[in-house]
Amino acid sequence: MAAPAETWLVLGGGSTIGRAFAQRAAAAGAAVLLAGRDVGELERSAADLRLRHGVPATSVLFDALDLDAHRGFARACATLAQGQLNLLLAFGTMPSQADCEADPAVARRMVDTNVTGAASVLTALAPVLRGQGGGTVVALGSVAGERGRPRNHLYGATKAALGVFLQGYAARHARHGVRVLNVLAGPVDTALTWPLPKLPFMASPATFAAATWRLARHGAGQAHVPRVWAPVMAVIRALPNRIFNRLDL
Amino acid sequence: MNLVLPKLAVRAASDVAWRSVALQGWGRLGSAPCQAARPERLREAAAALAAQNGRNIIAHGAGRSYGDAALNGGGAALLTGRLDRMLGFDAASGVLVAEPGVTIADVIRVFLPQGFLLPTPPGTAFATLGGAVANDVHGKNQHGAGCFGDHVEWLELMLADGRTRRVSPTQDPVTFQATIGGIGLTGVVTALAVRLLRVPSNAMRVRRQRIGGLDEYLDAFRAARDATWSVGWVDALAGGAALGRGILETAEHAAGSVAVPAEASRRMPFDAPGFLLNPLSVRAFNAAYWRRVPAGGEERVVHANRFLFPLDGIGGWNRLYGWSGFHQFQCLLPEAEAPRGLRRLLETVGEAGAASFLAVLKWMGREGRGMLSFAQGQAIPGFTLALDIPARPCSRALLLRLERVTRDHGGRIYLAKDSALSPQGMVEMYPRLGAFQEVRARLDPAGRFSSDMSRRLGLG
Ligand SMILES: Cc1cc2nc3c(=O)[nH]c(=O)nc-3n(C[C@H](O)[C@H](O)[C@H](O)COP(=O)(O)OP(=O)(O)OC[C@H]3O[C@@H](n4cnc5c(N)ncnc54)[C@H](O)[C@@H]3O)c2cc1C
Ligand SMILES: NC(=O)c1ccc[n+]([C@@H]2O[C@H](COP(=O)([O-])OP(=O)(O)OC[C@H]3O[C@@H](n4cnc5c(N)ncnc54)[C@H](OP(=O)(O)O)[C@@H]3O)[C@@H](O)[C@H]2O)c1
Repeated sequence: MAAPAETWLVLGGGSTIGRAFAQRAAAAGAAVLLAGRDVGELERSAADLRLRHGVPATSVLFDALDLDAHRGFARACATLAQGQLNLLLAFGTMPSQADCEADPAVARRMVDTNVTGAASVLTALAPVLRGQGGGTVVALGSVAGERGRPRNHLYGATKAALGVFLQGYAARHARHGVRVLNVLAGPVDTALTWPLPKLPFMASPATFAAATWRLARHGAGQAHVPRVWAPVMAVIRALPNRIFNRLDL
Repeated sequence: MNLVLPKLAVRAASDVAWRSVALQGWGRLGSAPCQAARPERLREAAAALAAQNGRNIIAHGAGRSYGDAALNGGGAALLTGRLDRMLGFDAASGVLVAEPGVTIADVIRVFLPQGFLLPTPPGTAFATLGGAVANDVHGKNQHGAGCFGDHVEWLELMLADGRTRRVSPTQDPVTFQATIGGIGLTGVVTALAVRLLRVPSNAMRVRRQRIGGLDEYLDAFRAARDATWSVGWVDALAGGAALGRGILETAEHAAGSVAVPAEASRRMPFDAPGFLLNPLSVRAFNAAYWRRVPAGGEERVVHANRFLFPLDGIGGWNRLYGWSGFHQFQCLLPEAEAPRGLRRLLETVGEAGAASFLAVLKWMGREGRGMLSFAQGQAIPGFTLALDIPARPCSRALLLRLERVTRDHGGRIYLAKDSALSPQGMVEMYPRLGAFQEVRARLDPAGRFSSDMSRRLGLG
C-alpha cells in the first residue's frame, strides 16, 4: 500500500465520536494516531483500524489535564505522523449541571479539560501544523454552546469558550495554511449521552462521523452536524428571553 | 494465534451508566423493559457486571434471536454492540481475534475480499460473533462444516464478578462447552478467536431446482450430500400430494469473483397490516415463487451475500408480520424420523391455516461442541425445519402441538428461534441440561446471569 498522504491525530481517541471518525479517515486511506489516557484500550482500537483498513494506526498517551506534557506530546506526534498531520479534537466531559453545582471541583475539572486542556494542546500543536505548511483542525463544539440553557449551561459555557478560542486560532494561523472547523454537534448516541433521557434528532456515531468527515475535507469556520440543527438553533438563538426563560430546555 | 489482552482495571461502580430501554426479539412479540448498560470498552463491561445492584443480567447482541433469549424484563442487559473491534488476524491460519459485538457483516466486508468467509454463516449477517457463540449457530453448510463453536479456538469469558478467564477445548473445556450454545447464561464473551474459512472467490454458483413433495425433498437432500452448501425453501401451505413441495438450493464456491452488491437498500417502511398475510395471499405468493424456477432447474453465479443472507436486503422485514409480531419455530428431527415427523409438522401447520410465509428445510450432519448445541445427539444426522408463525390468539396452542410432534419423533427445538418451548420440553430435548446447570452453579452461584428465556424454561 502507498504511504498515507495524511495522518489524523484524534485527541480523545477513545471517545465514541473519535472512534467513528477514525474509521472514516482510515477508510479513506489516512493513517491514524489515537491519543488518550487509556493506552491499552486505544491499542485495541488501533489494531481494529489496521485490520479493517490496512492503514498505519498507533496509540499515543495524552492527558488533556497534563498541560506540561503537551509540548512533548506535540513533538512526538510530529515524528509519528506520515504525510500531513491533521487534528480532530474529540475529548471532553459533560458532568450534569447538578453535579457541577454540588461540587465546584467537578465544574473546574470540566473547564480544565474542555477549555484549558483543549486550548493548551492546540497551542502546542500549532508550530507542527505551521511547520508542515498547514493542516486541518476539526474540533467538536456543541449546540449547547450557542445559547445557555438551564439544563447544561456550564458545559455550554465550555463549548462557547472553545468556539471563541477556535475563531482566534483560525485567524492567527490561517495564513500558514491552517484551516479550522468548529463542528456544532447536536446530540450523538455516545457514552456521553447514553444515561440521558431521549434527545431530539439523535445521530448515530457513524452518520455523524460521515457528515463530519465530508465537512472536514473543505469546511472552515463553523457548521452544524446533523444539519437540521442549523435552522433549529437559529430559532432558539432568536427567541426573546421572556419566552426562552419559560421553556424548560 | 495468541494475543495478549490488557488487564482490566475495574472502574468505580458509580461510573456505570444505565438507561431504561425496552428490548425486543426479532419476532417482535412484545417488549421487555430493562436497565441497559452499553460499554464501549472492556472495563466498563466489568464495571457493569459489578454494579447490577442485585438485578440479574444478560448479554444482548444484535437482537436477531427471534424469541426471548436476549431479553431480561425487569432486570438488566449488557449491550455488546459497541465492543466491536477486530483485534488480530493471522492470514496463515485464518484465525481472527475479535470483540463480541463485531458483526458477521463486518467480518465478511473485511475478509471476503482477502479470500476468507465466516465458517458457518447463519441466515443473517446482522448477528454478532457473541450471539453466534451463544447459540452455536449453523449455516447452509452445517452438514460439512458443523456449527460456529467448532471453529472457535478460544473465548474470553467475563464472569459474574467481572473477572475474565480464557476457555478453549483444552483449557477449562467444561466451561467452554457450556458457553458454546449457552444462550449467554455462563457469562459475557468479551473476545474470541475464530478460524475463518478460506474461499476461492466472493461468489457462489447456485443451483435451484423445483421439488414436488416431501419424500422427493429428503431424497434430493441426500443426493446433494456432497454439495458444500444446501438449503430448501418449503411451501408450508401446499397440502395433499404437494405437501412439502419447494425449491432446493445447492451451491459451490465459484472460481472467480463478481461485483459486490450495494448494501441493504430496501426497508419495510411501516408495519404491514395483518390481513395482508392471510392464507390466501401467502398461498398465491408461495405458488408464484415456486413456479418462478423453471421445471428443469436453473443455475446462477451470485455474490456470496445474496445466497447466504437473502433477507438482509430488505431491512426490517420482520415488520411484515404487523405490530403483533410472529413466532419462529425450528426443530431438528433424526433422519429416521424425518419422513413421518416432517409430514406431521407440515400437516399440523396446514390444518391451523397459520399462513407460514417462510419455511426452510436443511440437512444437518455434524454434532456441535456445546452442552446445549442445537445439533447434537440422536438427532444428528437429521433434518431441521424452520417456520414463521404469525402471532394470533391460537398460535400458542399450535406451537404446543408442534412441540409434541417434535418430542414424539425424538427431535429438538432450536433456542435461537424459540419463544414457546415448555420447561418439560427443555429437559426432554436437551439431555446435557443437567451438566450445563452444574457448570452454571459453579461459575455463577448467585445466579446473576438470567434471561426471560432461562426463566421461562425453568433454568433460573
Ligand atoms: C433472518 C434470520 C436468519 C437466521 N438464520 C439462522 C441460521 O441459518 N442458523 C442459525 O443458527 N441461526 C439463524 N438465525 C438466528 C441467529 O443467528 C441467532 O439468533 C444469533 O444468536 C443472533 O445473534 P445476535 O448477535 O443477534 O444475538 P442476540 O439475539 O442479541 O442474542 C442471542 C443470545 O446470545 C447471547 N449473547 C449475545 N452476545 C453475547 C456475548 N457477548 N456473550 C455471551 N452471550 C451473548 C444472548 O444472551 C442471547 O442468549 C437467524 C436469524 C435471523 C433474524
Ligand atoms: N455525544 C454528544 O451528543 C455530543 C454533542 C456535542 C458535542 N460532543 C462532544 O464530542 C466530544 C466527544 O464526545 P463523545 O460523545 O464521543 O463522548 P465520550 O465517548 O464520553 O468521550 C469523551 C472522551 O473524552 C476523553 N477525556 C476526558 N477527559 C480527558 C482528559 N483529561 N484527557 C484526555 N481525554 C479525556 C475521554 O477519554 P478516556 O478514554 O481517557 O476516558 C473520552 O474518550 C466531546 O468533546 C463532547 O463534548 C458530544
